[in-house]
Amino acid sequence: MPTDRATASGPVIEAEGVTKRFGQTQALAGVDLAAEEGTVLGLLGPNGSGKTTMVRVLTTLIEPDAGRARVAGYDVVGEASRLRAKIGLAGQFAAVDELLTGRENLELVGLWYHLSRRERRDRAQDILDRFGLTDAGDRMVKTYSGGMRRRLDIGASLIARPPVLFLDEPTTGLDPRTRNDLWQFVEELVTAGTTVLLTTQYMEEAERLAHRIVVLDLGRVIARGSADDLKDQVGGSTLEVRVSRADDLSRAAAVMAGLDHGKPHIDRDRLLVSVPTQGGTALLIAAGRRLEEAAIPLDDLGIRRPSLDDVFLTLTGSTGQPSHRSPTEKEVLAV
Amino acid sequence: MTGILVDRVGARSAGRALLLALGDTAGVAKRNLLRIRRTPRLLVIGTLQPAMLLLLFRYVLGGAIKIPGGSYVNYVVPAIFVEAVLIGCMTTSIGLAQDLQSGIIDRFRSLPMARPAVLAGRTLADLARSALSLVIMIALGLAVGFRFHNSLPAVMAGMAVILMFGYSFSWVYATIGLATKDPETAQVAGILPFFILMFASNAIVPLATMPGWLQPFARNQPLSLAVTSVRALLDGGPAAHWVWQTIVWSIAIFTVFFLIALRLYHRSNS
Repeated sequence: MPTDRATASGPVIEAEGVTKRFGQTQALAGVDLAAEEGTVLGLLGPNGSGKTTMVRVLTTLIEPDAGRARVAGYDVVGEASRLRAKIGLAGQFAAVDELLTGRENLELVGLWYHLSRRERRDRAQDILDRFGLTDAGDRMVKTYSGGMRRRLDIGASLIARPPVLFLDEPTTGLDPRTRNDLWQFVEELVTAGTTVLLTTQYMEEAERLAHRIVVLDLGRVIARGSADDLKDQVGGSTLEVRVSRADDLSRAAAVMAGLDHGKPHIDRDRLLVSVPTQGGTALLIAAGRRLEEAAIPLDDLGIRRPSLDDVFLTLTGSTGQPSHRSPTEKEVLAV
Repeated sequence: MTGILVDRVGARSAGRALLLALGDTAGVAKRNLLRIRRTPRLLVIGTLQPAMLLLLFRYVLGGAIKIPGGSYVNYVVPAIFVEAVLIGCMTTSIGLAQDLQSGIIDRFRSLPMARPAVLAGRTLADLARSALSLVIMIALGLAVGFRFHNSLPAVMAGMAVILMFGYSFSWVYATIGLATKDPETAQVAGILPFFILMFASNAIVPLATMPGWLQPFARNQPLSLAVTSVRALLDGGPAAHWVWQTIVWSIAIFTVFFLIALRLYHRSNS
């Protein structure tokens, strides 16, 4: 029997200098990444940055032009068939069969993972129950909603309980509640020891789930680290005040300068004065008091921490899809 | 062969790998058979096409075509049997292109299943559907005046030749589906070889009515050989010479297109 190299020490997912070209497009231009056992690696990037191509290399769907990658100890090219027994993949599109029932879909995928008949039956039932599909299990998938299909798809990728799970934009198009359920489930899997590679355009998702984040742009890694590391790269927090009248902008800037935390920046379009700061609530209260003493009417006052959107904007010059931006984090003081 | 089934797995015996591969294939066939059963409309329409051909040639065009020393209905109906199975196998290309588009092929390729299982399971399921439509065509053929003039074993051999030839062609259609990656294109592209083979052949009209330059091709192309074999087996007369050629063609077509389709499947990364 071959040794189960998934249990060996070292990263469960590792890639070195992976490149892939499609015609004129350099989809991956030398990507390195690693994920330790029982962690979530978030692959973040705008559309066309190479996230899905990287997942396809790691799941043996395409071979890299150059570089090496190993998953669960197996080489993605030379040991592809043994590697496949160790992974689950849920792609961007729910890859389930519409004309089969949920249960049939799950049991067939179990068959292709070479589970015994009994395992297939029991685990299919487990997954249906776990993903809220108990009642729908014997209905054809074409009667399912989008969220149900996605849950079934992810369930199918889990039927063999693979030690490594690849989720390519798993929550795109899901409603907030289903998304939350899914996040919770991924967290449970990871606690139980599964290693997850997740691609996403949702900053919120990467922040919530990923222990380490790799930011891709045009096939290159442009940043890596934890969410906090990445935020530090763009700088600290800012104190922001939005005045009610444009006339007050310069007076407000003077008050903010008096707080002695750096040079205020004035944004005339948004009636915003901002100043970099390390301070917390005390500073916010002080600023509020002084602005009140100066009798400047305000619309908003708060400390703004950089979001991953800012990281993205700073690093790539684009936010991917603006409509998907997470709300700005704020500590707002009512004025 | 085992290299295709399990790349470089030393510890697992080839026998076990083959067993797993057969199980994988049976799983894919089951999936596709369930799909066929749940789309009865497709099954009916798929049978209507060859039925229309049969009625068209029997009652509309048949009167204008003279067969020296025989009846046209017994001439054309065996050819329609062959074509019915070929039309059935055309759905292989459309179905595979659909699976590629829906992303389900990606899932299959990420699973530890044997390489040829997805294609073999589909072509076998489509063969089962073709066999069903063949049964319906036989009933229809008998209803419009076709008669068997040979022993039951010979007739059964004729049916086996039809299914064997059709199965080898389902790999041509698998290749078309994987190469076009789009159901509409696959459908249009699939009709082309069918039309050439059906009309530039002895299936509908005797070769003697064709211009001299066309006759060598029409006489020796695989569909003509298959149709001639089937006619001989259903109607009586020397068959072995034609049957052998049909078997050789079927094996050749199967082998070549099996390898091309497998390669395309391995590389399908649209």
